[in-house]
Amino acid sequence: MCDTCGCNITHGNEHLIKPGGKLSRTGTGNEAVTVLQNLLSENDHAAKHNREHFDRHGILAINLMSSPGSGKTALLEATLDALDGALNIAVVEGDLETENDAERIRARGVPAVQISTGSACHLDAHMVHDALHHLSLDGLDIVFIENVGNLVCPASFDLGQHHNVTLLSVTEGDDKPAKYPVMFRAADLMLLTKTDLLKVLDDFDLAKAEACLRKLANPAPVIPLSARQGDGLNHWLDWLQQQLAAHRQRLDTGETRRPAIQPDGIRLHAQHG
Amino acid sequence: MHELAICQSMLQQVEQIAQERQATAVIRITVSIGPLSGVEAHLLSQAFPLAAAGSIARDAELVIETLPVRVKCEQCGAETEARPNRLLCGTCGDYHTRLLSGDEMLLASLELTSETREANHV
Repeated sequence: MCDTCGCNITHGNEHLIKPGGKLSRTGTGNEAVTVLQNLLSENDHAAKHNREHFDRHGILAINLMSSPGSGKTALLEATLDALDGALNIAVVEGDLETENDAERIRARGVPAVQISTGSACHLDAHMVHDALHHLSLDGLDIVFIENVGNLVCPASFDLGQHHNVTLLSVTEGDDKPAKYPVMFRAADLMLLTKTDLLKVLDDFDLAKAEACLRKLANPAPVIPLSARQGDGLNHWLDWLQQQLAAHRQRLDTGETRRPAIQPDGIRLHAQHG
Repeated sequence: MHELAICQSMLQQVEQIAQERQATAVIRITVSIGPLSGVEAHLLSQAFPLAAAGSIARDAELVIETLPVRVKCEQCGAETEARPNRLLCGTCGDYHTRLLSGDEMLLASLELTSETREANHV
């Protein structure tokens, strides 16, 4: 949401700040100041800056989010192998500790920057900004940002990406979208990973996972795939190519894109004038 | 525990506004939090004293207002309350809904005091 145009004044909070509303003055003679700024406005400012960096270089930025061990790095490895250099990719890796994931990507000859967050449970826009200074953005097509494995906190931080892709591995349970609505509401695409394991798991229902996503009013496409066996990988690659082409078209007309859930505030702003 | 990071970001904004208005102390900070913002109100309350220690807001009261989750149906047009993990239209049950409120994470207002000038209302 934007902090300057007033679009974060919504149906739910506008009564608080209208004249006579309970936030407009104080009975004790102190100064009451109406602010209505996003608590993360510092982060959002940096995220906007990152997005401008990406857009200036014609890059599509994708934020990968999931719980730990759902196969984000394996997906990237399989993606890089399948693309075989057809697109120029770079990866920003987020983990609490170790360079392990960045090394797996670099082993494919693709530039990767590791962000070690220490104890922080998510990436924020400032961390990504610092990481981008260690990457040469010229000539890149896609930058993947592999967020810290966590189904809660990463959903609240805009990094400057254009799309959120949320992975749900079939070993985790098909009701994860119902349990972690903030995360799955933020998904522009849900990938159901490790489908090669479905034959030994009788309690994961692909249709139920999708139904849980729909209950969050999220119309995002769902792609089941196995990074290890390659099943469904072509649908994911098609999606990437389509989003890259759409993004380049947007940039030609001076537009950009923010991830799924964020247009809400802007639409409301237009509605209320 | 990203509430501490969010608290610190909030206090940066609070300090900036307090400075602009030459306040000597912050009396009250009101934030509006929706269930779909990813911020837990009680964790924010716990993080606040740690983040505010030594700042102009060290004695401030943190008031957290929780906003309801409301959706507008794009099929039948009804505006209904919903649950965080069930954002379906309360009238017709369709999933083509738009969130009206519930994902806010806002610094809504501040109450400031200043010893050097008359208190006023904004």
